[in-house]
Amino acid sequence: MLVTKRIEFSASHVCRNPMLSDRENEELFGAAANPHGHGHNYVIDVTVEGDPDPVTGMVLDLKKLKEVVNREVVQTYDHRFLNYEVPPFDHVVPTVENIAIDIWHRLEPHISQVGGQLQGIRVYETDDLYVDYFGEAA
Amino acid sequence: MIRVTRKYQFSASHRLHAPGLSASENAELYGKCNNPHGHGHNYQIEVSARGPVDQRSGRALDPRALDRLVKEQVLDPFDQRNLNASSTIFEELVPTTENLAREIYRRLGVNWQSVFPSAWPVLEKVRIAETPRNIFEVS
Repeated sequence: MLVTKRIEFSASHVCRNPMLSDRENEELFGAAANPHGHGHNYVIDVTVEGDPDPVTGMVLDLKKLKEVVNREVVQTYDHRFLNYEVPPFDHVVPTVENIAIDIWHRLEPHISQVGGQLQGIRVYETDDLYVDYFGEAA
Repeated sequence: MIRVTRKYQFSASHRLHAPGLSASENAELYGKCNNPHGHGHNYQIEVSARGPVDQRSGRALDPRALDRLVKEQVLDPFDQRNLNASSTIFEELVPTTENLAREIYRRLGVNWQSVFPSAWPVLEKVRIAETPRNIFEVS
């Protein structure tokens, strides 16, 4: 069974690869390469897979999952300029793809303590653009 | 691998009427959707593609390239149109959202290489909501 917890945070970023020239970055990312950055209200769906416990009837304690997500992700990302304040985005372009992969790595080691195993991370950058990441194996 | 999904919408009218059936059979099968003057929907479509993250761009897909393809193959031909009259395919096929989903998936697949010439990303699925309560997915 899959259980999904949704959380939100707001952050700014600039889509810029420091190894490329200004012109190359503009070609690659368009307006998103504006050096002053811009922001999004990110929406994250954390999906955990497992069987309901026969006693509690729950796959996991959603309160505990929320605590882990807040501690490992929201406190780090919320109201930050990702390129300057949240490693690895000092050297990895903070595209929505790379944000999903980073969130997976931050959460994955902690999920087994909560219950179940991490199945997928969905990150909405805007209402009309989102990505799913299911780990290296998928 | 990452799956990237982009949402679009368009508005169009259609009439469900199977040419192989009689008028009364059509009326019984499709009900209000068989109204000879047609009716319309705000179609919400989601296009999903899958691929590895490119090291240079940090992206699995350039949304601007997908936008160009969807505009050319879906929005320009279908938005603010009557589906029955918008494409020769719906002269033969009833423009149900099943057939529309399949046609959109086909159009994107056939023209995919014009905007994504490399091995990745690949088209994974098309999901269409005819209304918020009727949703169709093809992959």
